[in-house]
Amino acid sequence: MSSQKYILSILVDNEPGVLSRIAGLFSGRGYNIESLSVAQTAENSALSRITMVTIGDDHIIEQITKQLHKLINVITVNDLTEKQYVHRELMLIKVNAKPEQRAEILRIVDIFRCRVVDVGHEHYIIEVSGDEGKLEALIDLLRPVGIIETARTGLIALTREKRIKIK
Amino acid sequence: MKLKGAEILIKMIKDQGVDTIFGYPGGAVIDIYDALDHTTDLRHILVRHEQGAVHAADAYSRAKGTVGVALVTSGPGATNTVTGIASAYMDSIPIVVFTGQVPTALIGNDAFQEVDIVGITRPCTKHNYLVKDITKLARTIKEAFHIAKSGRPGPVLVDLPKDIMAATVEFEDPGDIDLKSYKPTYNPNMKQITKVVELIKSAKRPVIFSGGGVVLSKASEELTKLARMTNSPVTASLMGLGTFPGSDPLWLGMLGMHGTYRANMSISHCDLMIAVGVRFDDRVTGRKDKFASEAKIVQIDIDPTSIHKNVEATCPIVGDCKNTLEILNSMLESENPSDISGNPQERQTWLDQISQWRATSPQRYDQTTTVIKPQYVIDRLHKLTDKNTIITTEVGQNQMWTAQYYHFERPNHFITSGGLGVMGFGLPAAIGAKAACPDKLVVCVAGDGSIQMNSQELMTAIEANLPVKIVILNNRYLGMVRQWQELFYDKRYSFTNMEMSPDFVKLAEAYGATGMRTDKVDQVEAVLKKGLACEGTVIMEFIVDREECVYPMVPAGGAISEMILV
Repeated sequence: MSSQKYILSILVDNEPGVLSRIAGLFSGRGYNIESLSVAQTAENSALSRITMVTIGDDHIIEQITKQLHKLINVITVNDLTEKQYVHRELMLIKVNAKPEQRAEILRIVDIFRCRVVDVGHEHYIIEVSGDEGKLEALIDLLRPVGIIETARTGLIALTREKRIKIK
Repeated sequence: MKLKGAEILIKMIKDQGVDTIFGYPGGAVIDIYDALDHTTDLRHILVRHEQGAVHAADAYSRAKGTVGVALVTSGPGATNTVTGIASAYMDSIPIVVFTGQVPTALIGNDAFQEVDIVGITRPCTKHNYLVKDITKLARTIKEAFHIAKSGRPGPVLVDLPKDIMAATVEFEDPGDIDLKSYKPTYNPNMKQITKVVELIKSAKRPVIFSGGGVVLSKASEELTKLARMTNSPVTASLMGLGTFPGSDPLWLGMLGMHGTYRANMSISHCDLMIAVGVRFDDRVTGRKDKFASEAKIVQIDIDPTSIHKNVEATCPIVGDCKNTLEILNSMLESENPSDISGNPQERQTWLDQISQWRATSPQRYDQTTTVIKPQYVIDRLHKLTDKNTIITTEVGQNQMWTAQYYHFERPNHFITSGGLGVMGFGLPAAIGAKAACPDKLVVCVAGDGSIQMNSQELMTAIEANLPVKIVILNNRYLGMVRQWQELFYDKRYSFTNMEMSPDFVKLAEAYGATGMRTDKVDQVEAVLKKGLACEGTVIMEFIVDREECVYPMVPAGGAISEMILV
């Protein structure tokens, strides 16, 4: 079986220690976490949604899903990979922006439909959201001007057809 | 009714039907011990090391079929429980461990005897809690018991800060526990059971493989019925010993690394394996691609993660073992009896083949020398005791010889640290079992190495008047490791030679127990008889053949059909 990326949407109790239980499960059993994002849900403040990208074959993903379910604080585990879903990632990217570079950077920003959220004497901070491909393409194009640092949220996703039900 | 936190704790424990707890006091639990001082109907057994408290609670749970409880202080008291908790986790034993914690205001400040025990035990508990709000105390304790004993059972830890135990609150009964995210599947999928009926009807060479899950769900009777109805031979994992009578003609003996030749060969050649309450540990399967490679596999387990974890099941069923077997049996009963017990000729060929394997390589040892063979001691112990005797073991050769030569008839009478393999388990476990079943004879089979890991618990047995009989097979080696060194490391006995050991007779006497020793074959039976009959705790030390190995043996990672025989 070949390894591939899986996107799991996990609803958990919004309690201290829950993320540690999940991270501990992954490290203890040798599973990979590619990216992870966690926040309280708007619909119920007692719950948090974790969106996780993990890598493995079918067998490992089956075990991961079952093992996650087994944790008392995990309410639902939804494997989005085979489903219709919308996914986004947000990145902030700080680049060199000397006066002679600014026009080129702004052209790229315009094409990517992202925006400059902070301007300094010698840098811009650009905010961009989209899928991994878009973010990687932007990084690639901005590399010649000099990337100072980046911060990424990790992927977040929701299914298209219906809201994931909360019991 | 206003109650202190400590009083709520004791009330909630008693409400669970627990009559005995095992513990050790300390600064952070002094309020709980103060409350215990004026509690009459909850027995507290004072151990001599916190690890002993957890093993005792584990064995109490297994012998009694309820939840075991241990109570310890913060910091080192808590960390000393980790081995016991991990063992209970691997063996799916329902226990609740209450640990003291520094006052809530000090948590995180590296206070005296502070440790993040919830963090430490997260990977080895089924669930754990830190109680920071006294109004949630009663509910948390009730949840802890609920989680420990339901579904696939396991240990739950509740960390109790000192100020929560000392505070007072208006007690409110938490009512029924209903956790939205925790609903074990007790009832099997009926379609799958119909498939099993068909598989049984078409099987030529069936085998039933029983595990610890059958003990936990109290499904031995149903399993035995299934075996007899379908005329199927039965094997078991170490944890499943006793779930099928060891005297039954359909019994194959234990499976796996030190299983019987006929059990391993039967699994390797069967065309249908009905696996009940097992998790296919590596000590059972050996090389996985050669394990039951000709068989369709039915796997019944309450824990979905046990399915497709190590072995791919043809027909997996998630459900309680007892429920599932009851339904399966009743469906089989409505079939024509001759359809489910196989074609008589074919089945006889299969059973004859098994008898032949048994004859080719029976489980045997050779007691013709003047040196005592350890197997002989277990053999005699089995002959001299009845099926109501509870046997606990330490870990290593003593454990395997007990599994091989003590033919267990009933579940819950063989108590051993199966998954984690804890040396030092047997003695505190014997004490826990004796506390649960004071009317039963309790024997701990030990090695000279492992008994020294928790020998301080002799004092507990004496003080609490819980007489246990300890059989030490003394070969002055860490025998199982030595065996591997002999077979796979060119006899380099690196640090396994334990020629220095205490005088176990004097050790027994130092604690106020009775000590006996023999190195003579013709005295084995006499010593056992005398030791088992005498009142109080006894150590019976047998000086055995130093280099006896446990056979048969499957080398680690090998196919179970390729055994090193005697």
